[in-house]
Amino acid sequence: IIVGVPLWWRTTETYRAWLPVSQINELSNLQLQLSAEVEVVFARGTVTPEQQKKVPLTQIQDEEHTVDGDLFINAVCLVVTKIRRLQGNICLKCVFSRGHSFEVQDMDVYVGQRRTALLRIGAQMRVGKTLDQLLAHLEPRIKQVLQVMSFSHTDISAALSDRVRLSPGNKESIADSMRTFKSSPGYEITFSLLNPDPKSHRLHWDIEGAVQTYIQPLLTKLASVANFSIDSQTLYYAMLGVNPRFDSSLSAYTLHSDSLAHVINPVEARLGSNAASSNPVLNFLLYVPDAHHSPLYIHDRKKQEVPSNAFHSPRWGGIMVYNVNGFYGPEAVFPVDVNINMAKVMGVFLAQLRLLLGVQSSTAPSGFLVAPCGSNGLADWELDRLMWSRSVENVATATTTITSLAQLLEQIGNIVINDNIAEQVSSAVTSLQLAVAELETGNLRFALQYSKEAILASERAFFDPSLLHLLYFPDDQKFAIYIPLFLPMCVPILLSLLKIVSDARQKRREKQAKKD
Amino acid sequence: PAPKPNQPTSFEATADKEDTSAPETVVQSSVPQPKDDFQEELVIRPLHSGDIYASFQFRTLWETDFMRGNKVSHYRLFPKSLGQVISKFSVRELHISFTQGYWRTMQWGQPFLPSPPGAELWVWFQDSVTDVDGTWKELTNVLSGIFCASLNFIDSTNTVQPSASFKPLGIGNVTDHRFLRYATLPREIVCTENLTPWKKLLPCGSKAGLAVLLKSEKLFHSSFHSQAVHIRPVCQDWQCKTTSWELRQTLNVVFDLHTPGQGKLEWSLFKMFSRTLTEACPLASSSKIYIDITDDPQGEQFEVSPATHLLSQAMVLGDRRTFSVYDLTQQITFGTVRSLNLLIRWKSSEDMLRPLLHAERYVAGYGLQTGEIHTLMYNNHPYRSFPVLLLDSVPWYLRLYIHTLTVTSKGKDNKPSYIHYQPSKDRVRPHLLEMLVQLPPNSVTEVTVQFERALLKWTEYTPDPNHGFYVGSSVISSLVPSIVAMDTNSTREQPLFSSFFPCKEESSYFMRVYTEPLLVNLPTPDFSMPYNVICLTCTVVAVGYGSLYNLLTRSFQIEEPSPGLAKRIANIIRKMRGVPPL
Repeated sequence: IIVGVPLWWRTTETYRAWLPVSQINELSNLQLQLSAEVEVVFARGTVTPEQQKKVPLTQIQDEEHTVDGDLFINAVCLVVTKIRRLQGNICLKCVFSRGHSFEVQDMDVYVGQRRTALLRIGAQMRVGKTLDQLLAHLEPRIKQVLQVMSFSHTDISAALSDRVRLSPGNKESIADSMRTFKSSPGYEITFSLLNPDPKSHRLHWDIEGAVQTYIQPLLTKLASVANFSIDSQTLYYAMLGVNPRFDSSLSAYTLHSDSLAHVINPVEARLGSNAASSNPVLNFLLYVPDAHHSPLYIHDRKKQEVPSNAFHSPRWGGIMVYNVNGFYGPEAVFPVDVNINMAKVMGVFLAQLRLLLGVQSSTAPSGFLVAPCGSNGLADWELDRLMWSRSVENVATATTTITSLAQLLEQIGNIVINDNIAEQVSSAVTSLQLAVAELETGNLRFALQYSKEAILASERAFFDPSLLHLLYFPDDQKFAIYIPLFLPMCVPILLSLLKIVSDARQKRREKQAKKD
Repeated sequence: PAPKPNQPTSFEATADKEDTSAPETVVQSSVPQPKDDFQEELVIRPLHSGDIYASFQFRTLWETDFMRGNKVSHYRLFPKSLGQVISKFSVRELHISFTQGYWRTMQWGQPFLPSPPGAELWVWFQDSVTDVDGTWKELTNVLSGIFCASLNFIDSTNTVQPSASFKPLGIGNVTDHRFLRYATLPREIVCTENLTPWKKLLPCGSKAGLAVLLKSEKLFHSSFHSQAVHIRPVCQDWQCKTTSWELRQTLNVVFDLHTPGQGKLEWSLFKMFSRTLTEACPLASSSKIYIDITDDPQGEQFEVSPATHLLSQAMVLGDRRTFSVYDLTQQITFGTVRSLNLLIRWKSSEDMLRPLLHAERYVAGYGLQTGEIHTLMYNNHPYRSFPVLLLDSVPWYLRLYIHTLTVTSKGKDNKPSYIHYQPSKDRVRPHLLEMLVQLPPNSVTEVTVQFERALLKWTEYTPDPNHGFYVGSSVISSLVPSIVAMDTNSTREQPLFSSFFPCKEESSYFMRVYTEPLLVNLPTPDFSMPYNVICLTCTVVAVGYGSLYNLLTRSFQIEEPSPGLAKRIANIIRKMRGVPPL
């Protein structure tokens, strides 16, 4: 027994490396503290000199968002007041102006291209008030600006939609949150030109140039969020899944919005999967209807023509119908060479791309004027907004993965935990902690970086094949090993035990009989 | 989730650009010259056995450079999935074939493109690849996804690096075989699920052109079916100033529609494929059907209708052949009925020319311990001897005794001039045997080697271990002396089927012959063994432990011997009599 039992113990135990379980449990209740630094800068002459003496002044405002009971998100607004100095750091700036810079008079707030927003103070507020009062007066406005430019409750709950069941009330917000792609370290963007009728149309599209001019600037700006790769292809004889109806009043074919859902499936079989990576694919299809079925227009629910003649499918991509029948007469000789106007096409695709990436997810409240985005199609604050929600989403996903892995390993004792898995788990946990810390201080770039690392490490640990080796080690095989040893031993032992018991009983009975 | 129409709102930026950029779509007179080109071709050759051989070739040429960073990402005719594979895995050349059935060289002659039964994959990587084995593993997994085949079963135990047999077929003088990987899966079953993704790679799919004939219900109802994809860099012109990538998709099929009783030999496109042709693929720059009428220049033997006056001659496999040509890009080919249904009728057939080189292979020996592999190579040339390269890749569980290797021709020992042998490692890599053998004229050369069958672990057996284990075909590559002068100008316009293997000299042509795959039985254990073991252990432990336990726990008492039978009877009688017992 002295030799045998330790030997048996040593040979049958499964190797389980140490996991930081307590830290994982700590993470699992996910208390995120997001903070946004706001610098309030008054324009010259807005405040009196005695008020100026009080600056700098700092106010911290906490706001608690509860999502599904167990998550707390404190939004901390750090309000630093300065005068006439605009600094280029990452915090938001609210610039108070006296109105002369406003071209549009009925706008109270003007959101600029970079990270600035201009607010207007009513005339009666300008004199004889202390700074605190001024700030208190501005507070609701600042809050609104913050919600537009950084994050709002709906954004956060959309980012956490994996963990949290959405309240069924707001259908529109659910559709919004379902539209954007899940956060991923990289995306593949595929542009496909569908030409169902190569006999009639010889289509030429300068996709290379168009990508360089229209798409690349946006993606360069988004490079910190994810890696993008672009490719394009031309598919011939690719049909839509539905037959468009001929509308004689318009002398055109129409595609009703209800039938759009059936368009994608048959096309998708032709698109082909990406062989080179496993990142999610954003598909953008340009469909040129064949000569006998053009022009083709998409109609919305009110039977109105959709001006862009395009639609998008949530988390999949977008389709645009491009009619070419207007560019040749009835006597044209087939095949006709057609050059596609890429500016028109890319305008639509770029808008869809922004929607699918979740860049533009909430509409500005009334009284807000949003500056048109610059040449790269993305304002700085929009990027910030995206980074907020992506970091929160990444953190949430990584914690879910890590906690479920920890739970699984706790429940099933058979699984071998190798050192490299333990290493992955602890690196994921440290990256997560760092990401949360960076979120607290408002360092978006680092927070996103750490959260991405956390996701990668946690997924690698979760999907490691070495976990599976003994996962399905069935108990009946253990029985098959132990039963031949123990069953034959048990039978005589049990029988003799029975005998001993019956002997003892008999002896007691005899004793009692003697006593009597 | 339902898609919904969107309105691109607040999109001033692009709207601004729209005004400044190119004018509205116009039909331009000057269209940029496309850098890619697609050709399709079908060759029909009536075989002497009464079967009919149809060979489809689709070629996409693309003037591009996959290796220039990650820049290539805009595809037109070239399929995107394969392009991504080439650039991601730095592939220089890729050849993959799926074959169902065995090509009977002695009855059918030489195929335009040989392929072994099952799946075959060989890849040359660029010399910039550092981890060739890792890349190869990933590549096979990706290809298995693309072609819906079990190529993911290719691992180090069935991959070899041939040193001489598989040279790059495209441009490039890389001969370092560290960048070459070759593997076969002789057991692979080829069916519809492999054909569909193969057809998807064609620019016209199966909607137009010759590919409409490719209906799986007919194609797989045939004696032989082989489909392949070959990717290689080729020269654009004879000076080789620019290179382009060639994707060649081939499909070879042999139909056995001939029923001997009827005595009628008659084929038509409709009978073979249950389809007729109505148009060429609009994207193809050339779309042609060739019918081999070499055996019958006068029209006595067989009759082709509709008749064509277009004749073409081509040098194929060391022979000058004559073909009737049907150009599908000409509307006139389809006639008034707007559909082409070729009909071939032929009367009798004489003996055909025996192929100059062919080979066969079998396993000899009895019992489950040892065996012997015999490979026979036939040189049917009446007066020329020529060297052949024999490649054998044998799995590790057949342990070759290389000292028993003998090569004999005409009863005499024929010493190979070059032998490259790589011994196997159990569960890691297979045997590789390559040798250069000179085949004397009009002779049979026999290569024999003995082997021992290994015992596998019980998890390594296939689900049907008594079916046996497949050993891939041997590959025999050779430059066969040609009867007619071969065409060495590779850039001249010539039919696709004759231009696959580059021809370096006029007097000989390259040929590759595959032998049959072998099916070898391995010693198979009784798979109910665990149950027997459990029962046996139970019994042994029960007997051993039970008796020991009894010995240790029983208390021994002296028992009075029971009275004898006579005494007992006597006692009973005494009881009955009322007398006290004894």
